[in-house]
Amino acid sequence: MKLSNKQTALVVLAALIAITPLFFPSSYYFRVGSLIFVNSIAVIGIVILAGYAGQISLGHAGFAGIGAYACALAPVHLGLHPAFAVVLGAIISAVMAYVVGRPILRLKGYYLGVATLGFGILVSMVLANEREITGGPDGIQVPDLGLRAIVKTMGLDLNNSEFWYIFSGLALILGAWVALNLYDSPTGRALRALHGSEIAARTVGIDVARLKLQAFIISAVYASISGSLLALQNKFITPDVAGFMHSIEMVTMAVLGGVGSVLGAIFGAAILTMLPQLLTVFAEYEMLLMGLVMMLVMIFMRDGLLPSILRRIRGKDE
Amino acid sequence: MKLLSTTALSGLMALGLVSTAFAEIKIGASVSETGPAAFLGDPQTKTLKMMVDDINAKGGVNGEQIVLVIYDDGGDPNKARTFATRLVEDDEVVAIIGGSTTGATMAIIPVVEDAGIPFISLAGAINIIDPVKPFTFKTPHTDRMACQKIFEDMEAREITKIGMISGTDGFGASMQAQCKSVVGDYGIEVVADETYGPQDADMTPQLTNIKGAAGIQAVLNPGFGQGPSIVTRNFAQLAIDLPLYQSHGVASDGFIELAGAAAAEGVRLPGTALLVTDLLADSDPQKAVATAYKTMFEAQTRTSVGTFGGYAHDAMLLMVDAITRAGSADSVAIRDALEATSGLVGTTGTYTMSPTDHLGLDLSAFRMLEIKAGAWTLVE
Amino acid sequence: MPELMQFILSGLTVGAVYALVALGFTIIYNASDVVNFAQGEFVMLGGMITVFAHGAGMPLPLAAVIAIVITAGVGVALNKLAIEPARGAPVVSLIIITIGASIFIRGVTQLVFDKQLHRFPSFSGDDPIHIFGATLLPQSLWVMAGALVVFVALWLFFTRTLTGKAILATSNNRLAAQLVGISTNWVMTLSFAMSAGIGALAGVLVTPITLVSYDVGIALALKGFAAAMLGGMGNPKGALIGGFLLGLLEALTAGYISSQYKDAAAFIVILAVLFAMPQGLFGKKTTDRV
Repeated sequence: MKLSNKQTALVVLAALIAITPLFFPSSYYFRVGSLIFVNSIAVIGIVILAGYAGQISLGHAGFAGIGAYACALAPVHLGLHPAFAVVLGAIISAVMAYVVGRPILRLKGYYLGVATLGFGILVSMVLANEREITGGPDGIQVPDLGLRAIVKTMGLDLNNSEFWYIFSGLALILGAWVALNLYDSPTGRALRALHGSEIAARTVGIDVARLKLQAFIISAVYASISGSLLALQNKFITPDVAGFMHSIEMVTMAVLGGVGSVLGAIFGAAILTMLPQLLTVFAEYEMLLMGLVMMLVMIFMRDGLLPSILRRIRGKDE
Repeated sequence: MKLLSTTALSGLMALGLVSTAFAEIKIGASVSETGPAAFLGDPQTKTLKMMVDDINAKGGVNGEQIVLVIYDDGGDPNKARTFATRLVEDDEVVAIIGGSTTGATMAIIPVVEDAGIPFISLAGAINIIDPVKPFTFKTPHTDRMACQKIFEDMEAREITKIGMISGTDGFGASMQAQCKSVVGDYGIEVVADETYGPQDADMTPQLTNIKGAAGIQAVLNPGFGQGPSIVTRNFAQLAIDLPLYQSHGVASDGFIELAGAAAAEGVRLPGTALLVTDLLADSDPQKAVATAYKTMFEAQTRTSVGTFGGYAHDAMLLMVDAITRAGSADSVAIRDALEATSGLVGTTGTYTMSPTDHLGLDLSAFRMLEIKAGAWTLVE
Repeated sequence: MPELMQFILSGLTVGAVYALVALGFTIIYNASDVVNFAQGEFVMLGGMITVFAHGAGMPLPLAAVIAIVITAGVGVALNKLAIEPARGAPVVSLIIITIGASIFIRGVTQLVFDKQLHRFPSFSGDDPIHIFGATLLPQSLWVMAGALVVFVALWLFFTRTLTGKAILATSNNRLAAQLVGISTNWVMTLSFAMSAGIGALAGVLVTPITLVSYDVGIALALKGFAAAMLGGMGNPKGALIGGFLLGLLEALTAGYISSQYKDAAAFIVILAVLFAMPQGLFGKKTTDRV
């Protein structure tokens, strides 16, 4: 049986998630792993928006904020189970993306950048200012998902980090599967045509505006779910989750790893999540090195880390 | 042969492959050395490092050396949680100090409570220790106490109508909310309530509105960083002839310098003994501790000492005191000893903890200070 | 009425700060189509270097000149080491490179200098000037004058000088510019030096008002970027008006509506303007090449 590219990618991903824990010296590594997965989910959204459709967003953390605060607020105010709060957050994000995306996506390049930036800042501002509801800049507690307790009754006693490693790992595989299928679908092909040339795509009869909007909404849902998972895992969330720096982080992870492919973007998320943990050794040089890495990768590996590395390996084979 | 084995052994030790012969106590810290809360975390990091060096040079605790594992969470709660997990699971520390901001602290709490590791927070909010959590303690006064101290002073000056201008950062927003919740107890009414962003350049529009509020008698500015300095300058620019109260968020000499002595004249704020060590009576129990810390900090960093560094100082002091009394570096023993802390004099105040009080300070430790001719004076 | 006047004066002060940052964006954008997110760091460097040079005993004007020269050098280095090697990279990559540069510069600054807040004295004292019952600090006049002078100089530069026109030509079509004998490398070097120099000048002018520390750059870059986009990227007139407009919007919202949502109001207006005019107020309409 010959595996398609898509299946290979999923198998590689699943294998990595399943096997690496065998080498973890302590459960702190599960925590870092689960953060990589949560970030990866948001970054896959960026791949769909930027990699497939060629649109940039500097405000996607706004959707992560919506997803996160849905999990903090809906169980308390609406009596929803946290699991349904994740869904509610995703729905709100999708609706917001639809409302905001329609006018915004007519803009191009940096203008689209500043418009999305504005959206993200508005969300984080509301989260920080509406103290009565959101707890303000100091953040708010998030109810427990309760799934870990259920797993425990089934005889599997996991600590918080281990549980979230597994849970967000599964969520990531699901998210990657959906994104990879989208890539091969007619919509995915149309999106890529759009990325190549918007005008060319339009002349062959592709509804450019609708397509861009679809990509924007889908990517917003990914960001929202990522925010929800982060909130549920940390059991505490602050408006930082919707902040400008978080938006930039998402885009950087995607582009650094290779925005053209899901695996590349996950690779980027892994590198950028682990980097600050590794750089603690250098203490005060951390910021300097972080900036340096961002610049060097973008200058010398323009397509992102993973594609460049793969090309080098293949280049040697030939 | 002997020489060879010695060399081999020291080589292995250098690689960390052989555990060193003398015992050590690992204490972890996660503070905001960089980021928007660097005003808090930077002096805290320096303080923790210099105290550990000092304690070790004097022979350590119970004859054991302290090893400080310190991470910079940049004020980001998500990072703080990751570092807390790392400290507990990977570095296997016996206790943790940190969380410069309330956000970072709240993210650390679930980790330490889960793992049973004693934790001393350096952040202000009251909900850190109320309700009491078994392993969580804190050294700073709560925001609410700062508000109460200020309102007591206002009450004494027969001020009944005030305006507030608060920063929208965590510190300012939290104190704004706390102040508004207790202000009624003092018969004071907030007749104007304005805010500003932490990076704003000019607050004259907000102050103009406050100035125009009917019957206003004083202004309170909860905030930290550059905001309060700019507010103070704008206050002078608009020639608002009312008493201006700042918070403990700017209690350091740096504030007078940045706001300018002329603009800061007459500004009052609740501060700790640290700022006025020279003015304390010799009989004051805090004089020795505060002077020693001030001298050490200013000699080593060549920057002026502030309240926030003092919180880290007191946290380490509490920790070392607890470990000494516990006689061991067992986490639960340290926790029990922390809770039994009694009459320990720090720079912030005198700590007496109990199972229902994991802060152990009262209002008496706050001192109302007034800036006169570019220097701090005590308000009697 | 004095209230309104005070709000306007406050808006003009803050707006001049934004305008200066936005003008810095304009030059680099005109030469290379790059929006330089490290522009705020130039402002920060201008302030920080002046503070430390002044603290080391130099007179303020000399310290300011040194700060501007050093920062211009940093701008040139940024171009040579990071922007030039990445020529032709997509917009997102360039955004990440310049954000990386801004993090890098911040990292170096906190090592070389410190993490404290700093300030140096206002140029003409702190005695407020009274205008129709409102007050203005003399330093605000310096900042406003700075923004206007830089604007006029840039406008003359781009319309009256050959070098300025060469920059515009390079932006328009790099290859064609080279064909007619323009040294595009020189144009890039010059525009980064100018941009950084203007940023540093802004830093020198605003520090007595806003104070400076190693991390004030991001917020300034964001506001300057927003102002430049509001006015229309690449147009000095747009940068100037965008900056003042943004400052006035914030001050009037803070004065009349809610100080909590003044930044929100600014962004809502930007979004509204962009919906109606996708190229900003004074941006030029471009057509895509297929």
